[in-house]
Amino acid sequence: MMDLAIYKRRKTKNIIGLFLSNFAMLLGIAALLSILFVLFYNGFAAIDFNFFVNSTPAAGSPNGGLANAIIGSLMIVGITTLLSTPAGILAGIYLSEYSGGNIFGSITRFISDIMLSAPSIVIGLFVYAVYVSKVRHYSGYAGAFALSLIAIPVILRTTENMLRLIPVQLREAAFALGAPKWKVSINIVLRAARNGVLTGLLLAIARVSGETAPLLFTALSNQYFTSSLNKPTANLPVVIYQFALSPYKNWISLAWGGALLITLTVLLLNIIARVFLKENKTA
Amino acid sequence: MKKDSREKVIAVQKIQDYLFHKITFFFASLVLLFLIGIIITLVIAALPTFKEFGFGFFISDDWDIVNKKFGILISVYGTLVTAFIALLIAVPISFGIAIFLTEICPPMLKRFLGTAIELLAAVPSIIYGMFGLFVFAPFYGSYIQPFLQSTIGKIPFVGVIVSGPMNGIGMLCAGIILSFMIIPFIASVMRDVIEIVPLVIKESAYGIGCTTWEVVTKIVIPYGKNGIIGGIMLGLGRALGETMAVTFVIGNAQKIKLSLFAPGASISSTLANQFGEAEPGLHYSSLFALGLGLFIITFVVLTAAKLMLRNMEKKEGVKS
Amino acid sequence: MKKNAIEIKNLDFFYGKSKALKNINLNIEEKKITAFIGPSGCGKSTLLRTLNRMYDLYPGQKAEGEINFYGKNILGAKIDLNLLRSEIGMVFQKPTPFPMSIYDNIAFGVRLYENLNKKMMDERVQWALHKAAIWDETKDKLNQSGLSLSGGQQQRLCIARGIAVKPKVLLMDEPTSALDPISTNKIEELTNELKRDYTIAIVTHNMQQAARISDYTAFMYLGELVEFGETKKMFLKPERKETENYITGRFG
Repeated sequence: MMDLAIYKRRKTKNIIGLFLSNFAMLLGIAALLSILFVLFYNGFAAIDFNFFVNSTPAAGSPNGGLANAIIGSLMIVGITTLLSTPAGILAGIYLSEYSGGNIFGSITRFISDIMLSAPSIVIGLFVYAVYVSKVRHYSGYAGAFALSLIAIPVILRTTENMLRLIPVQLREAAFALGAPKWKVSINIVLRAARNGVLTGLLLAIARVSGETAPLLFTALSNQYFTSSLNKPTANLPVVIYQFALSPYKNWISLAWGGALLITLTVLLLNIIARVFLKENKTA
Repeated sequence: MKKDSREKVIAVQKIQDYLFHKITFFFASLVLLFLIGIIITLVIAALPTFKEFGFGFFISDDWDIVNKKFGILISVYGTLVTAFIALLIAVPISFGIAIFLTEICPPMLKRFLGTAIELLAAVPSIIYGMFGLFVFAPFYGSYIQPFLQSTIGKIPFVGVIVSGPMNGIGMLCAGIILSFMIIPFIASVMRDVIEIVPLVIKESAYGIGCTTWEVVTKIVIPYGKNGIIGGIMLGLGRALGETMAVTFVIGNAQKIKLSLFAPGASISSTLANQFGEAEPGLHYSSLFALGLGLFIITFVVLTAAKLMLRNMEKKEGVKS
Repeated sequence: MKKNAIEIKNLDFFYGKSKALKNINLNIEEKKITAFIGPSGCGKSTLLRTLNRMYDLYPGQKAEGEINFYGKNILGAKIDLNLLRSEIGMVFQKPTPFPMSIYDNIAFGVRLYENLNKKMMDERVQWALHKAAIWDETKDKLNQSGLSLSGGQQQRLCIARGIAVKPKVLLMDEPTSALDPISTNKIEELTNELKRDYTIAIVTHNMQQAARISDYTAFMYLGELVEFGETKKMFLKPERKETENYITGRFG
């Protein structure tokens, strides 16, 4: 004889559990939406023509924009991309095409997985100690160096994973023509995986674009526009950090504008990266 | 003639292949070199502190810049407490999100909602910090804190953790903001864990009349236990090392207080606040010692996470 | 007069410790089609992959014995593998077009060892596509991706790519097993054309195919060469009981 009371209790438990799951999802989506709403609400007001053409204002002086920080960020992230792309891709090729099952490969893979989540502020300390303290001044280059250390593991691991998805027959077909390994790796395997590798690149750029902590001790900031990355260089994250914690209204407003700009950029890069990956999967 | 030119090509190819191999090897070894470099650099920069305080640095709750007395405990306490609060909140929510995405969500929304959660992970941490300071902290100060004080605060002994002034910021606030930063990481690992459970196992559980909730809690979780723990550790690793989200709302006070409403400091927030103004000397090297401590703690946690997740990857490999 | 392109003597092959080929002795005659048949796992593909030393890509696999390619032992240490493979082409089970244009798919292999000017390269590409009976279908879209072709076309493109470098021998590893009957038919006709210029070794699990296109057939079972001889003779009057059982469909 079935005991309906037991069944009822189980059913109630199921309903409560699933209801809470729905609620958790709702909470997650609400968090994303409220962040976006707040960003647009506060940031949109700050973004006008001056925002893009004026440099950061001095303490207490009105108006101003983030032109120097935007340019500085673009330069720092640009140099980071130039440094970390070849390094990450070549290292990824090594792991996928050469390391086989060797211990060096396993260790490198393991370490870079850990570096993916390592505290970025420690990277900033490291670059300060080996670079900034030696040349005795903060600089955009130091910032790019620090960001590269964050970007390389991201690019390396996506490259490796994407190359591993390429069927072994394609490599064999190229070897069967007498192609040397480097040509097989670059012209055939890397090329076949290019969308996936590009995804990794975009994700790495998105990741470093918003990083603040490693720039605090490296690029620092600069109230003025500088075209030389060999000096302290204004950049969006650090300016946002400094301005948001300041007592000046117009600084805080500019910080929101910068925050909106940087978030949209990062989210857009993420979405583009996903589209690329999707195309790669269907091809 | 033709033979000759072929042999020349072969010779060139041999050199190119050799160089290519060595170059890719060099870049792969950079990752290792940097890791070793980071550890050595931090140790060297922290040496004066270790010489001055010896082992005492690790058990001292001093952080006195004027009298040059430093210890790691205050910051470690703040780091661990905020990370622990974050886990306490993030784990059940992540679990709910993972269940929703795998078992409840209508297929057409799956991709969209999954992406939305992943985008939450992409939002830069400084944005979380600003959001925490300007939006969440006032709300928390005027609603959540009074609520907690009027409920938990009334319980003897336990009440002390929600005592003190309610000004919005503090360790609990930092923990809550952190929890939202790590939810996407934990949720996406949990989702993957649930998804690699073979369908036949789930179907056989449904087949004997289990409810969805029972299938998930009694079949899926035990099956993917290691992966889930790995995902949680990964989130913990993130929470321990996070700087910006914490710095904005933790209050930056170098004190150990039992109350979670009180301001505190984590290792990373201490670094962010003080490193720029630190004079060379003990203060400076003590900050490096803090950084070294943070690096070691997160390294251990992330290694554990990785080991847990590796078992899961193996399982996945068997399945496919 | 008969001339052998490849002479295999006392060949053993190992995957780690397990022996996959046992004492194979066999000659592959020049400008003829030699087919390798046998049940799955009999070692026919393994044998084919020793002929261009494809196994060398994988640690733990090794061959012992002698394989003489026009008198030179290719299992010897001094052999340059890339050069060897440029002289012994290979076509695989599944079409493997490179992720580039149809033109570049052909030109890729040619550029490896020859420095041709634009006009000569154009001619070579056309020649190869023509030889592989796919020129008419591709001449208007040479710049399109090789991946845009159908499966059967892709496989002929791969054959064109293989012959464009003018190898002496073409190895085909079940080249039609992933194709529909019409494409299969086209490729069978093509092999018949190609044997005027090339020596072909083909692995197939389709006995009718072996009977239709090959001059010689080798039947392999459990890593051993059971029987080898002229195709006609083998299919009409096999010498060994195992061969007869297999070609009459009694096992395998």
